[in-house]
Amino acid sequence: MTVAADPLVIVRPIALRGLLGAAILALAILLGVVIGETPLPLSTVAAAFANRIWDAGLAVDPIDAGIIWSYRLPRTLVAAGCGAGLALSGVVLQALVRNALADPYLLGVSAGAGAGAVAVTILGVGGGLIGISGGAFAGATLAFGVVAVLARAAGGGSAQLVLAGIAGSQLFNALTSFLIAKSANAEQARGIMFWLLGNLSGVRWPDVVLAAPVAVVGFLVCLWFARAMDAFSFGVSSAASLGVPVRRVQLMLIGAVTLMTATMVSLVGSIGFVGLVIPHAMRFVVGPRHARLVPASALAGAVFLILADIVSRMLIPGQVVPIGVVTALVGAPGFALILVRNRRRL
Amino acid sequence: MKLEAKSLGWTARSRRIVQDVSLAVAPGETLGLIGPNGSGKSTLLRLLAGLLPRPSGTVLLEGQPLSTLSKRDIARQIAVVEQIAETSEALLVRDVVELGRTPWLSALAPFGAQDRAIVAEALEAVGMDHMARNSWATLSGGERQRVQIARALAQRPRLLMLDEPTNHLDIHHQLSLLRLVGNLPVTVIMALHDLNQAMGCDRLAVMDGGRMVACGRPEEVLTTARLAAIFRVQATRLRDPADGATVFRFQCREA
Repeated sequence: MTVAADPLVIVRPIALRGLLGAAILALAILLGVVIGETPLPLSTVAAAFANRIWDAGLAVDPIDAGIIWSYRLPRTLVAAGCGAGLALSGVVLQALVRNALADPYLLGVSAGAGAGAVAVTILGVGGGLIGISGGAFAGATLAFGVVAVLARAAGGGSAQLVLAGIAGSQLFNALTSFLIAKSANAEQARGIMFWLLGNLSGVRWPDVVLAAPVAVVGFLVCLWFARAMDAFSFGVSSAASLGVPVRRVQLMLIGAVTLMTATMVSLVGSIGFVGLVIPHAMRFVVGPRHARLVPASALAGAVFLILADIVSRMLIPGQVVPIGVVTALVGAPGFALILVRNRRRL
Repeated sequence: MKLEAKSLGWTARSRRIVQDVSLAVAPGETLGLIGPNGSGKSTLLRLLAGLLPRPSGTVLLEGQPLSTLSKRDIARQIAVVEQIAETSEALLVRDVVELGRTPWLSALAPFGAQDRAIVAEALEAVGMDHMARNSWATLSGGERQRVQIARALAQRPRLLMLDEPTNHLDIHHQLSLLRLVGNLPVTVIMALHDLNQAMGCDRLAVMDGGRMVACGRPEEVLTTARLAAIFRVQATRLRDPADGATVFRFQCREA
């Protein structure tokens, strides 16, 4: 008890953990750059990085340099941002809704984002990357609003919110299908279907510029409200009696979730299971307190999606499997395992 | 901690749950709220803690209206132990008590050595220090209630509000909990069902149909006529030969 009086004693493990997390993330990103259809030796990757950052002037095949710098690195960074964003969204929703099943997919946020992005793509409103992301954000906000209003009308419990989320998801997915059937040509339809299943193929640097800041801001917002999320453990009323400004915290956190989900869905489509599985897995590793759960989930989500992307590129030679298929193939059994182990522990 | 309510009321879906309650609680006092089911005890308690939106009337905390104070300022002075506390999170006893420090902490003022000491002290006060590392999910009803009180104490409140704290506890735990609450150096407002336990309060406020119909010392408030009218029981006053205390025996009066 007296040991902790020295602030350095508290700070040091936090700094150490932060460094460790950064090291793990850097390693995963390195793997994402090295592994691919054309395996690139570490020395080539290092040389390409050195050339790019310090103008080192080392001899690197320009094709290799192009693959590393224009293709694999942005793709890996966006995978990291998406994984972190989706995992954080799951953490926040599970805390606020107090339901283990809550994640952006179940609550219809992703479906809304998908419908919004498709509407912009097909109807050509706005256009461009910002247009599609803006459409996704509008769709996600609308979907969450619809779900929240429906849940409130149904009595306002956490079970009602999940049921309303299922209804909302169905509604917005149907809207997406309707838009595609009505307005898209065959080529567009194929592209959209592929994108909806989760796809990092087309990712370039502009996507990184959008995904990375959103993930970082979302992470900081979640970390800022970590203690407030703890206070929701015993419900909204208990949080209020602990001095948490409930409305403001809910608004900020749901805003962050909507922003993260909408951005990630607009960039890479629907990738399921990350928001659901990663937070649960991390609860077993670091416990339920959000000061640890938030960074752990962000890191695990980022690493998980980078690895899933590698698998999606390598699974079938010459063909990219949608990353959503990979996360579900890994996530579903992984989740089942967690459930069963959890049962034994109790 | 002086708390004062002036014509306090609350309406839910055009139904008046509590209306026109005025009362004052003196520092150090223990005030009991009694009344039949649905008389508005719990709602009044939550109104006094500033937990319900848009009440009519005002609540003054040391002369300051609750509505002008931030949630955080209120939580530093008033701690609430609700009737039901459930969580699906795999929290430890210590985690639950640490929640009580929430109003004193922020992202820039993290949990420190002093907070740790306060949490340890609160756990000791309710006799749960030896179970600090146990999982909340494995606790019995009495243990959970005591941990929630420890959480409330960790808030370092000057006013403690409890909603039927002895509910679902066996008789030993009921009595030990009331003794624990009675020995705390804070002002206490608690809703109680057991009228014999309510006799231990300094003053009692009697709720009926959302209105406060009486407020005063227990022996003045709990008259045979009032018990018959409000609780619909025939009460007989008995004297305990062991310590001379007054106890009630009740018989049901058919309506």
